[in-house]
Amino acid sequence: MTIETREARQPWILLSPSLTVITLLLVIPLLFIVVYSFWLRTATGADQVGFFLDNWTEALTDAFYRDILFYTLKIAAITTVVCALLGYPAAYFIARSKGNKALLLLLLMLPFWISYIIRTMSWINILGVSGAINSLLISLGIISEPIQMLYNQVTIVLGLVHFLLPFMILNIYVSLEGIDVTLEDAACSLGATRWQSFLEVTLPLSIAGLAAGGLLCFVLAAGTYITPIILGGPSDAMFANLVFEAIITQLDWPLGSALSLMLLVVLGALVLVYNHFLGMGQLMKGLGK
Amino acid sequence: MDNSKRYERLLERYNNGDLDRRSFLGLIGAAGLAYGVATPFAKHALAATEQVRFDGWGGVVSEAFRKYAFDPYTKKTGIKVVDGTFGSGDEYISRIKASQPGEYNIAHLSGVFDYARYNNLGLTSVLNEKNIPNLQFVIPKLTDVFRKVTDGTLSCVPYDYGTTGIAYNRKHISDDEAKKKGAKLLIDKDLKGKLGAWGDWRTRIWYASLQTGQDPNNATDMDAVWNAIRTNRDLLLKYWSSGAELMSLLAEEEIYATEAWSGRVYALQEQGHDIGYMDPPNGFGWQECLFVIKGSPMEACEELLNFMLAPATSIAVAEGQNYPPALDPKKVDLGTKIPKLPAFDPTGTLDGLTFANPTYWNGHEQEWSKEFGRIQKGY
Repeated sequence: MTIETREARQPWILLSPSLTVITLLLVIPLLFIVVYSFWLRTATGADQVGFFLDNWTEALTDAFYRDILFYTLKIAAITTVVCALLGYPAAYFIARSKGNKALLLLLLMLPFWISYIIRTMSWINILGVSGAINSLLISLGIISEPIQMLYNQVTIVLGLVHFLLPFMILNIYVSLEGIDVTLEDAACSLGATRWQSFLEVTLPLSIAGLAAGGLLCFVLAAGTYITPIILGGPSDAMFANLVFEAIITQLDWPLGSALSLMLLVVLGALVLVYNHFLGMGQLMKGLGK
Repeated sequence: MDNSKRYERLLERYNNGDLDRRSFLGLIGAAGLAYGVATPFAKHALAATEQVRFDGWGGVVSEAFRKYAFDPYTKKTGIKVVDGTFGSGDEYISRIKASQPGEYNIAHLSGVFDYARYNNLGLTSVLNEKNIPNLQFVIPKLTDVFRKVTDGTLSCVPYDYGTTGIAYNRKHISDDEAKKKGAKLLIDKDLKGKLGAWGDWRTRIWYASLQTGQDPNNATDMDAVWNAIRTNRDLLLKYWSSGAELMSLLAEEEIYATEAWSGRVYALQEQGHDIGYMDPPNGFGWQECLFVIKGSPMEACEELLNFMLAPATSIAVAEGQNYPPALDPKKVDLGTKIPKLPAFDPTGTLDGLTFANPTYWNGHEQEWSKEFGRIQKGY
């Protein structure tokens, strides 16, 4: 075997464990889902094996699914924008702080030590009728009756921001860390104000991290189903809730498979759009590569 | 067929000249190899019968099972009970569908309609009733409905019963007002934003049938039913999805009225919350059973069921979970607490309760669960 042949094989040898895992745990189950989506659910709940387009026809033509998909994308977009607006200053502060950076990063990671469900449910104790905010306002005499703050679209976004903000901050932070701070000083020495140097130098250089965080937040928010269940009102459902209901409540695995593939294709298309405008190489930059 | 029998048959075929010596020895060798390979796994499989998996509704119900049934059972028999929970029967049936035979063993199922669904999916087992002598104490009517579904055999034992009635906060709704409005309390516009509802399509359709003056087991005007569900939806704070969430919403006064499970409301009352409870005429009655899933270690499961049906265990669990046991009050002295529980029937006939007709509900399940899913989301 020549050295060239051996060197050509080496990456594949190194990649083989992860490729095996991805094939077994992602590609093959995904193929099962594709096959399932062409089956039918019978009246007893059992599946009818075959090649039927009924589920796809229903998923693609029924306005119900389309509307909830748009609602899901809207919630995910709002969440991403809020995360970006809140996350950038926090990431900037951590990146530019001196001495206590490790402590700040540790504090940022702390929420990950607690279950996502418990973190989401904690909002009930904060915003509930007898929660912390209402109790405080009543005890201060500001209000006499508790304000209804829970179980609406705003609380869904709040729960998602709470969950996703650390992902956004970390991505932006990594990007900011890679920027030479003397560039800002150089801009200032050439007559730019601090704000101008941020807008003209720092922000463009950190856009990759912002974009990587945005993509991550958007995809995770669009796929959530726990947050609307815990913090949503009667009509606040996202697309993943439809998949859950089709598979769990209605025992309609074929339709659930078609719906989950539909969400996958839509999110995949958004990643492709991202790739077209920013390129996946930007993601690597965002991850500090 | 055991290995000795296989050997005898092979030997007979060899002696009769149907097999040559080479094939005979080859088959004996292959059988030996298969036995050698299989034995360690067989031992593992047998060892698995030293534990039984039980799944129930969680919360105070699971606590009662653990404390009064599983721990004493393990202590007595050495068989470990691994207990899990589920949020709804629908969720659980999905898990079973995705599992391997024997992975799940016993489930605390609600309603005869679930029993019929499991039967339709080929998930029923056949219990050896001789191994469950305590079945004699159970109200016969509760057992008979299951036998009708599975041609006279049983895949479960009845365990308790209760109702899904209406719970209301007495600070805001008086007993008289609740009684007067009945099921229509849940579509009272004055309670907008202070109502809750279980996001279960059967319960929603049942109560909508009552609100529109129809027989819950034979609604004829479904448009009226769907409209009543929409009216209820527009007045809700939220659909709750578990007993724990129901109790939290009522206890925290997030909601003033909802339909609720009788035992959970009793638990709230025991905790000192001023929550009223009533079953409107034709309120939703249900019975729960301990269902043994096909592929389970039957003898170990039957032993656990018999232990759980023993009057002492059954009464202790019933007092813990606040649902009357399936034991016949004419045959067993149920003590002092159980007769005070909501839905308790001292006659043992259960004539005062209206149960869901499995044929009616399962016949519409596919269509109605889907339709409710849409209405629930604002359609």
